[in-house]
Amino acid sequence: MAKLILSVDGTVLREYGLSKERTTIGRKPHNDIQVDNLAVSGEHAAIITILNDSFVEDLNSTNGTLVNGKPIKKHFLQHNDVIEIGKHKLKYFNDQPAAAASADFEKTMIIRKTAPAPAPAPAAHAAPAAAVEASDTHTNLRSQASEGHAAMPDIPTVQTSASAPSTGAARDAAIQLLSGSAAGRSMDLVKNLTTIGKPGTQVAVITRRPAGFYITHVEGASFPSLNGVSIGAQAHQLNDHDLIEIAGVKMEFFFKP
Amino acid sequence: MTLAQALQIVAKTDPGRVRSHNEDCVESRPDIGVVVLADGMGGYNAGEVASGMATTLIATGLAEAWNARALARLSRDESVALAERLVRDEIARANSAIFSAAQNDPQCNGMGTTLVTCLFYDDFLTVAHIGDSRLYRLRGDVLEQVTRDHSLLQEQIDSGLISKEDARLSHNKNLVTRALGIDETVEPEVHVHDIQPEDMYLLCSDGLNDMIEDGEIEMTLVALRSNPDLAAEQLVQAANDNGGRDNISVILVKVLKGFAVQRGWLARLKALFS
Repeated sequence: MAKLILSVDGTVLREYGLSKERTTIGRKPHNDIQVDNLAVSGEHAAIITILNDSFVEDLNSTNGTLVNGKPIKKHFLQHNDVIEIGKHKLKYFNDQPAAAASADFEKTMIIRKTAPAPAPAPAAHAAPAAAVEASDTHTNLRSQASEGHAAMPDIPTVQTSASAPSTGAARDAAIQLLSGSAAGRSMDLVKNLTTIGKPGTQVAVITRRPAGFYITHVEGASFPSLNGVSIGAQAHQLNDHDLIEIAGVKMEFFFKP
Repeated sequence: MTLAQALQIVAKTDPGRVRSHNEDCVESRPDIGVVVLADGMGGYNAGEVASGMATTLIATGLAEAWNARALARLSRDESVALAERLVRDEIARANSAIFSAAQNDPQCNGMGTTLVTCLFYDDFLTVAHIGDSRLYRLRGDVLEQVTRDHSLLQEQIDSGLISKEDARLSHNKNLVTRALGIDETVEPEVHVHDIQPEDMYLLCSDGLNDMIEDGEIEMTLVALRSNPDLAAEQLVQAANDNGGRDNISVILVKVLKGFAVQRGWLARLKALFS
């Protein structure tokens, strides 16, 4: 069960378990957490608890409610958040991550409703749920070359796609083109997946993982080569200064200092 | 163009890095365009019994009910209606079977499973789901979540109690409001969607979407769409790299070409003799 620890001027006063759906905080005695101080309104704030989540809501108090120093109207509480009401502090504890060691965490469970079951969803309803925002940036080295020239089929397209922050390797890395008309350009490998090569001809992917960077063949009749040797269908870990050849272009993988 | 030629199907399941058992189950029947994914729960490690029963019974039941010749005689509207009826019937049958198994075996008491199943036919897709296993669709470069979770958290989001951003941090994840096999009857949610060539569909258990964000799923499918096998492997690997705290299952269905049913007198004539 989550709990709040009430303190003032650094002195701990009391601990409160959040067992009820609504835990009220205020100066008047009927509150679950009574804070007897003139800076606190009669009914100052409330904690709404739905199973393992809690929210703090200000009840239009005179002096307002702060969480981690910021005034709030309603706030979804995280472990170690500090609620300030007048001069009093309430620290929120909900240490579920400690349970991650046990196999029960993340286990799917059924929750029964006590209210009557809702009406069944209408059948054959064609509209899908809210779309996920598309986020991608394509950096096409071909277009970075002067636009007036005819297309150069030998330049590989390096595409990095935007994504959530990568879990990636401890060290940063990049690839530098060694041949072709874009020779000399380098591309940082910041994202978890970077595809290289020519779609439809030969494509490989460089994945960024906790243990390092790996190259894997994606499509194409033949495989790219790593330090002169064909990589086949398996993933290969990349080492500093490895030479990759793909779609007729040579490039070097290196860790950034 | 047969279904098996029009659809490329890859199914993978992985126990993850925390759990000793894999209670997820995946099954595919490319010849009839059916895929089933189930995430079992409850009982004493009986989740795998429930999910195994669900995938086997539904896939086999649909295969038995499938009669290509009879189906070809129906109009499109009739096919759509029949597909939904068949799917509902097989889910009801699976539900009864799991429910009585749970009643009869003390170790299986309370077992149940989520479900997401797709039936591809005549350029449309019938999807039925129960719980928080999902169907996503990649069309062009955009990933869309097609099913809406039957979960406490989704209900809170729908009623404005919690924002989507806060929901990611919620401790109430994984609480489903519907499951297969825990009650005498169950109400699946069934929808029909049109299909376009080059679409890619992803069925997955929450072991995937709880570990990696939708943006990363989208990026992975866009980058590796020419190699669905590698895409599925990469999704599972990314989920494990991020902790792998639950079983991870994915089924990818790539639509290579359209598979509309040819109707008209010549087709019916051919059907008489096939």
